[in-house]
Amino acid sequence: MGESTRAVTDSTFESEVLKSAKPVLVDYWAEWCGPCRQVAPVLEEIASEHGSKIDIVKLNVDENPEVVRTYGILNIPTLTVFKDGQVVKEIVGAKPKSALLRELEEFLV
Amino acid sequence: MTDVRDVIVIGSGPAGYSAAIYAARAKLKPLVLEGSVTAGGALMNTTDVENYPGFPDGILGPDLMDSMRKQAERFGAELVADDVTEVDLQATPKIVKTASDDYQSRAIIIASGSSYRELGVPGEKRLGGHGVSWCATCDGFFFREQDIAVIGGGDSAIEEATFLTRFARSVTIVHRRDSLRASKIMQDRARSNPKIRFAWNMQVTEMIGEDRVTGVRLRDVKTGAEGILPVTGVFVAIGHDPRSGLFKGQLATDDDGYLLVEQPSTRTAIPGVFASGDVVDRHYRQAVTAAGTGCAAALDAERWLADEPE
Repeated sequence: MGESTRAVTDSTFESEVLKSAKPVLVDYWAEWCGPCRQVAPVLEEIASEHGSKIDIVKLNVDENPEVVRTYGILNIPTLTVFKDGQVVKEIVGAKPKSALLRELEEFLV
Repeated sequence: MTDVRDVIVIGSGPAGYSAAIYAARAKLKPLVLEGSVTAGGALMNTTDVENYPGFPDGILGPDLMDSMRKQAERFGAELVADDVTEVDLQATPKIVKTASDDYQSRAIIIASGSSYRELGVPGEKRLGGHGVSWCATCDGFFFREQDIAVIGGGDSAIEEATFLTRFARSVTIVHRRDSLRASKIMQDRARSNPKIRFAWNMQVTEMIGEDRVTGVRLRDVKTGAEGILPVTGVFVAIGHDPRSGLFKGQLATDDDGYLLVEQPSTRTAIPGVFASGDVVDRHYRQAVTAAGTGCAAALDAERWLADEPE
């Protein structure tokens, strides 16, 4: 895990994501997923640059089947933004930093 | 603007890293613009690579790329995980821009690879992330004990189908012809796998489902008959397109977008610009051929730099 992102689990998802005062971006990932490895350092950078506006957390899909089932995740990496307990944005697949920043713009101002 | 470099490598698959290894060993201090999320190239989406010489037991694609990357770094290549946004290849020196920096270089080696091709049928985009996938190694896990389809007939389609049988109840390979392009060994493996079925001469016309995939509509290319194959997952593996858009208007391509080079060299029509790997190669498209042309591009660049006055 990097310095600016942290892990969430099935048991901490409610308190850390759904009840968060800030928007939270959840990065659904797994060890065996190449593109997840590729997008991880990009998310780390975004977290360190925009951490005051948005929390970036990582959910290991191998170890946390409940959240994966609840939100119907079928592809990784999937990046989902939660605000006030609701999914407000879903980004599927690894994208370059500039594209991610564009998609996340509304949460970074 | 920074100092003028000898060589910039654009891209980081087997071609880009091989070019970097050779250029670094020639003391050209190459800068490799790896791409932010494309670093490592197409092999990052694979599992076991069984045909790369030197690995009798196979090697994981991401591990192979990690090793090539380290090898380039060991000899002094500078690696930057940024995306190139613009190039001026006609300028002297040549200019390469990323979102954060502008670079200048005497020679450029292009190894920008290829990207997945989409089918372009209704429902495909909408259901992306909801049962439609381009990465079997990433997403197979989510389809345990389900019936799924793989679209395509080449090596990557057959490899994905075989891989997906680890999870799925059944995998139907949907192919628009009546024979496969895949290598013999891959075909034999698929045909002897009890979980794999084939839908020959079938074209996908639509992906069906409200919130997630429930099936694909197929049309028999011989009879025109239509039917629905009920599946919960669709993996698209119909090939790749060369990633040459960045060079449009500066370098010539063939009708499908592959960069043209003066074969058997890697020289493009612009002096000092060399191209290698999948962005050039419409015939072989293997990790080892990409590595080979990457090496050739570095040697071509080295020779060109030696003959060119500073």
